[in-house]
Amino acid sequence: METQYPGRRRPKYLNLFKIREPLPAIVSILHRISGVLLFFPGIPLFLCGLQMMLESPESFARLQSILIHPLSRLFLLFATWFFLHHLFAGIRHLGLDMHYGLQLQHARLSSKLVLIFGAILTVLAGIWLW
Amino acid sequence: MVKPVNRIITGAHYGLRDWLVQRVTAVIMAVYTGLLIVLVVVYQPEGYEEFKSLFSIQWVKIASLLCFAGLCWHAWVGVRNVLMDYVHPMFIRLTLQVMCIVALLGYLIWFLDILWG
Repeated sequence: METQYPGRRRPKYLNLFKIREPLPAIVSILHRISGVLLFFPGIPLFLCGLQMMLESPESFARLQSILIHPLSRLFLLFATWFFLHHLFAGIRHLGLDMHYGLQLQHARLSSKLVLIFGAILTVLAGIWLW
Repeated sequence: MVKPVNRIITGAHYGLRDWLVQRVTAVIMAVYTGLLIVLVVVYQPEGYEEFKSLFSIQWVKIASLLCFAGLCWHAWVGVRNVLMDYVHPMFIRLTLQVMCIVALLGYLIWFLDILWG
């Protein structure tokens, strides 16, 4: 490695915008970001929605009128994507924990599948929502 | 001579438990998600009364609470890991961790109140 990369050409700092992340790293950081967003504002918003859904017919109607707004639908669509990505990346993680798919090609393939399934199911959920 | 203790109060527990808890709660939530999808497909609830009666079934309430409690525990492990990675000053990290625990306990009580209140 030392001979391949002479000292003056090595990066002096880690600039995240200059590093080309491999696919598993992208899946991993999205897993983390989606997890944090599902925690906040995800959980409190979910509880607000659940409360409105189950409290009374009036609050149920109010929830429906909020969810009809295109902006809240877009928001819901993103929430769906975060949830699905977190779920699929989590399933992938469980597989890795059990030593499935540890080889580089397999890890890349499963990363692709996580991203593709997350996106496709989000689109399907969007079609179902509208 | 007594060796100085170098364990950090906001650090990990240096063990396997949290790792395992995160995986077990993840499986519980994944199973519950599948269950909920089946319930919605079978019952096809549309109005208030139908949703209300669906979430009045006792085993649905218990399964929901199990899932939500699992979510809280899962979120705690995850958020703590994130805080340990990015927030280094001990006081700020501890404050954020305490805020997360208080919030999650509050959410759990809120959830109980919604389903049983």
